[in-house]
Amino acid sequence: MTTQQPPAAVEPRPAPPPARRDRRSWTGWGFLGPFVAVFALVFLAPIAYSIYLSLFRDQLIGGNTFVGLDNYTQALQDDRFWDSLARVSLFLVVQVPIMLGIALLIALALDSGRLYGTDFFRITIFLPYAVPAVVATLMWGFMYGTRYGLVGDINDAFGVTLPEPLSPDLVLASIGNIVTWEFVGYNMLIFYSALRVIPHSLYEAAEIDGAGQFRVITAIKLPAIRGALVIATIFSIIGSFQLFNEPNILRQLARNAITTDYTPNFYTYSLSFNGQQQNYSATVAIIMGLITMVIAYIVQLRGMRKGA
Amino acid sequence: MSTPVTTASESIPAQTAGAGKGASRLRTPRRNTPGRPKRSVLLTVLTGLMLLYTVVPLIWLVISATKTQEGLADSGGLWFADDFALWDNIRDTFTYNDGVFVRWLLNTVLYVVLGAGGATFLAILGGYALAKFNFPGKRAVFAVVIGAVAVPGTALAVPTFLMFSKMGLTDTPWAVIIPSLVSPFGLYLMWVFATEAIPTELLEAARMDGASEARTFFQVSLPLLAPGIVTVLLFTTVATWNNYFLPLIMLKDSDWYPLTLGLSVWNSQAETIGGDVIFNLVITGSLLTIVPLIAAFLLLQKYWQSGLAAGSVKE
Amino acid sequence: MRRKTSRLLRGIALLSALALGATACGGSDDEGSDQKPVSASDLQAALKKGGTVTVWAWEPTLKSVAADFEKKYPKVKINLVSERSGDKHYTALSNAIEAKKGVPDVAQVEYFALGQYALTKGLTDLAPFGAEKLKDKYTPGPWNAVTQGSDAVWGLPMDSGPMAMFYNKKVFDKNKIAVPTTWDEYVEAARKLHKADPKSFIAADAGDAGFTTSMLWQAGSRPYKVDGTKVKIDFSDAGAKKFTDTWQPLIDEKLLAPITGWTDDWYKGLGDGTIATLVTGAWMPANFVTGVANASGDWRVAPMPAWTKGDKATAENGGSSLTVPELAKNKELAYAFAKYANAEDGVQTRIKQGAFPATTAELQSQEFQNTKFEYFGGQQANKIFAESAANVADDWSYLPFQQYANSIFNDTVGKAYVSSTKLADGLKAWQDASVKYGNEQGFTVEK
Repeated sequence: MTTQQPPAAVEPRPAPPPARRDRRSWTGWGFLGPFVAVFALVFLAPIAYSIYLSLFRDQLIGGNTFVGLDNYTQALQDDRFWDSLARVSLFLVVQVPIMLGIALLIALALDSGRLYGTDFFRITIFLPYAVPAVVATLMWGFMYGTRYGLVGDINDAFGVTLPEPLSPDLVLASIGNIVTWEFVGYNMLIFYSALRVIPHSLYEAAEIDGAGQFRVITAIKLPAIRGALVIATIFSIIGSFQLFNEPNILRQLARNAITTDYTPNFYTYSLSFNGQQQNYSATVAIIMGLITMVIAYIVQLRGMRKGA
Repeated sequence: MSTPVTTASESIPAQTAGAGKGASRLRTPRRNTPGRPKRSVLLTVLTGLMLLYTVVPLIWLVISATKTQEGLADSGGLWFADDFALWDNIRDTFTYNDGVFVRWLLNTVLYVVLGAGGATFLAILGGYALAKFNFPGKRAVFAVVIGAVAVPGTALAVPTFLMFSKMGLTDTPWAVIIPSLVSPFGLYLMWVFATEAIPTELLEAARMDGASEARTFFQVSLPLLAPGIVTVLLFTTVATWNNYFLPLIMLKDSDWYPLTLGLSVWNSQAETIGGDVIFNLVITGSLLTIVPLIAAFLLLQKYWQSGLAAGSVKE
Repeated sequence: MRRKTSRLLRGIALLSALALGATACGGSDDEGSDQKPVSASDLQAALKKGGTVTVWAWEPTLKSVAADFEKKYPKVKINLVSERSGDKHYTALSNAIEAKKGVPDVAQVEYFALGQYALTKGLTDLAPFGAEKLKDKYTPGPWNAVTQGSDAVWGLPMDSGPMAMFYNKKVFDKNKIAVPTTWDEYVEAARKLHKADPKSFIAADAGDAGFTTSMLWQAGSRPYKVDGTKVKIDFSDAGAKKFTDTWQPLIDEKLLAPITGWTDDWYKGLGDGTIATLVTGAWMPANFVTGVANASGDWRVAPMPAWTKGDKATAENGGSSLTVPELAKNKELAYAFAKYANAEDGVQTRIKQGAFPATTAELQSQEFQNTKFEYFGGQQANKIFAESAANVADDWSYLPFQQYANSIFNDTVGKAYVSSTKLADGLKAWQDASVKYGNEQGFTVEK
């Protein structure tokens, strides 16, 4: 699954002044403390350990040596790393707009009140979100089969030859389809709930001005849910950069098309689990984390500023 | 690693400009478009196509679950085979290998109750603190949380494994539960939600009455947070229920497997020399795995949808 | 943001410092493995005293072996952990060894992966336990694999995979094709078959490291030469050329079904005539019985096709051993169990359940050779397997990092199956990537 992560760097905007400024005390830590303690254990400590690991090189022959920043130099010149980054970037540029576009269209359709059975649509389209990535990929993997799968059935029934979804040229699109299937409903729901809380008064004003449907959408609805759009985009960026489960599971069916360095996250996984190159794997992960943070931050900055 | 699978949905809210008490508004039907919206067949059909896309794989899963291992081999994917073996498959799934599926189911429930429950509780406490208290280091906390989640989790798996191993936690349920306790997204949502849902005056009043902070939290604040709690709980539950990679690394003893891991083991059993090939049970097991979650979503939809919308209230 | 970032960095720096302190102890200490000789009476004493033996193995027949063992030695408890195989199994094993915690007493390790564990001192040398005396019990192939050409014994051979050709007789008969005995005939049969029935393929091959190395093995190629930490990797010898010259046309003419082994599609293809032959190890019959039940009676076994008419040389595919990790807690009991399962009463128990033995006595016994396989229409298939076992070409060795090499096989050689890349070029790319990894890991690699 695309690991949708918490909003990078999107804080709730200047929330109404929390309590009173003068009550600045340590009481808050009493409540926040437990979270921070566990967070430090399961996130910060492994990251810190990874940074430590990234400064060493452990060989099967020769053992462990301190190498300073050598791993970083190596990673920056590593074609396998850059190729995988280019691949997820392509994925990001194509899949994310399609997924979010569809999600937005459905959300607008549901919100328009012009559908029969709105509730049924909303909940059903959301359901794939509850399907584990393992199961989702298994199902799609079956349907992609040109021999016994749905694609094969279509070929037989209509006497056509559809392109193979798992061939090297198409497999990225096929992964994109699985991810879209899993998360389109989820993003739709994000947009939909944002649309639902647009104040009624705005629509009344538009009605008086005689604005049409389309104008209402562009002038009122979209600006009003800008925040939701930005956050969904940021999640999707992080999700794309961390793409792993779908290619990993699909690889059982398309070993030649999906290489062990297919995405940056897959690459770190292979380095660590097939190659026992823990140190180098940690290095790549840290670089990838930095790149993700920077891009998420830029998107947030631009998205929030524009016309806000 | 703990892929905080999402929990994104609720976050949106924070940015939605305007809006009054959206939660209550949701329950009353309203028209929010100018004119009298007429129901449109065309629009319904178009959205229906999307619906089809959504449900076809699920239909495949349900139909396949009615087939025997031979039926799977012999018949097309989107129609039933000659024998209807759903009940046999369900029975076999539950009894195969001395009923290990039941054990995995119970494990998953345990991880959800302690992991997702704990994650929700920590998120409530933390979000409440961020929303209603001012304390040193507050801004730094969120910056660090955000930065940390951008690092690819798979690469952290080995360091985490080594650390947990030193602490003697691997191959115990704790290795799965402890990482599940952190839901950065849940923290974020509760922060937004608590900011809105709890009037600061109410807290002031409680303090004036001499109530302790803990008492104020449990008796005054907690009830007000209910819709947000249901939402966070549901999303952390999905994350925990679907967790796969972390248990894969941490657990060796199949007695502690969650369902996802157990299913993948059954699936790869076909790869072992002399192994039993049980794709039919893998498929039925997959269906049984997603049914409880889908049921929870459907049954609780009133609560979590209002939680979502209420979370959107801002300004 | 700048402010936030710097705080973030400071926080990370602080934590790294803490982690440094906390984890600095995690470095690997040198373990000198000076195992003292263990006599038979020591073993008996240990068995009398009892204890628990944790076994990580996916071999299904070990279940009843463990039960029998516990019956024979009531004080010993066997804790069989059996859910994982392949990569996941090795990941768990390597992680446990690295963490120095939770290491099993006995671990199943395939022959191709033994080198890595032996070289990094992850395993106990079983020679001091008397394992070297078992040499004559086993066929040469498996014994070679567990000794890695040294005096040490890194595990006891559990099974073996002398290769044979399984073929779907129904498909061959229907299309009136003779069963090939050489690879040239095999290619011809492939053409004929696919022409007669475009839905049928001579074999499914989507690029499989184990199969390819076994084919090279039979063809006389010896791409890997290993001498301690000195390694040579070369896929350009005459044997390799023999293989690529034969296999390339099969790929070019699309005569191989592009179905990955062990998937749902693969089992279906074996059942419905899509896949007409399967050249693999003698452990396969049990998988036919459970995975391809609907084709019972269709399949037969024939010797592996030869490179030149009359040549009997075969190769091994798969097979594994039971090893005792260096960090095992109860080595005497662990060895006793491995010996029981692989050299004593356990062997018979396992054969009865469909395992293919690595022990000479069993392979040559009349009872074994005369077993009729109902699935293969009553054929006495073990005769063919035993013949193959006796003719496995010698001197083959795997890399001490074969596990990694296999993991990148499809990244490199796999290209030949899905693009215009030639098989020989794919092998060259595989060679280069393996050489690079070997160098990075401190081996001295010659091309």
